[in-house]
Amino acid sequence: MTVNVEQLSCQELVELVTDYLEGALSPEEHARFEAHAARCTGCGVYLEQMRQTIELLGHFPPEQLSPEGERELREAFRAWRRD
Amino acid sequence: MATEAQLVDALRAGDEEAFTALVREYHPSLIRVARIYVSSLAAAEEAAQETWVGVLSGIARFEGRSSLRTWIFRILTNIAKTKAVREGRTLPFSALQDPARVPEAAVDPDRFLDAEHPRWPGHWSLRPEPWPEDALVAAETRERLEAAIEALPATQRAVLSLRDVEGWSSEEVRNALELSETNQRVLLHRARAKVRAALESYVGQP
Repeated sequence: MTVNVEQLSCQELVELVTDYLEGALSPEEHARFEAHAARCTGCGVYLEQMRQTIELLGHFPPEQLSPEGERELREAFRAWRRD
Repeated sequence: MATEAQLVDALRAGDEEAFTALVREYHPSLIRVARIYVSSLAAAEEAAQETWVGVLSGIARFEGRSSLRTWIFRILTNIAKTKAVREGRTLPFSALQDPARVPEAAVDPDRFLDAEHPRWPGHWSLRPEPWPEDALVAAETRERLEAAIEALPATQRAVLSLRDVEGWSSEEVRNALELSETNQRVLLHRARAKVRAALESYVGQP
């Protein structure tokens, strides 16, 4: 995603957050992003919330396979081993 | 932890515990990814089940040219796509190929001053407020998070789950879901933005 305007608006910045966090911005865009986020309270908070969201997702318990599902797959495995 | 080569050898040798460990690790993600392609949870579960049968029948021929998990997810996507074709579904493919075609704002446009504003076009009119730390660790927040993930479109949910919950790299997700770098990022961006918004509406309404 490219930013053509000299000044980055808040509405544009929020659309660049993932590119920023993924290291996908050009050095110039990256610098502009950081300059804005440092000066602007709203965007600073938004960026922090995005980091908190990702952090929370990382601690989310992984989904469990049901005991029945596991039993069925073990049976499929044994059937395969017999062949 | 066993290396991938050891795991492959164990599977070939008929080691049931090695197989079960693999199933536990990937089965829920297989179902989540299958839901991109098929219409029902039941069909997605079936695709995941069939994937393991495919893994077992193909493991003798697995050459390690991709990672084991990429290979497993390739088997899944092939099975799920075949089911989708049988179901007469075509839409998810185009959604996967080009998510950027349909624009979607990360934040409600009403929260910004409009583009014609004389001094601050596109700046916050209703900016987000910092979240209280204790609210984030509350049990109910976790429930909200779960509901927000479940409410995502299937493609966004799959990308977000693999990247942020399971901790895969973007390259692994791109390989498993056959996505371009840009599309993977667009889907992740939209999914994260929606989850953030859901948390905001619960934790800290401005």
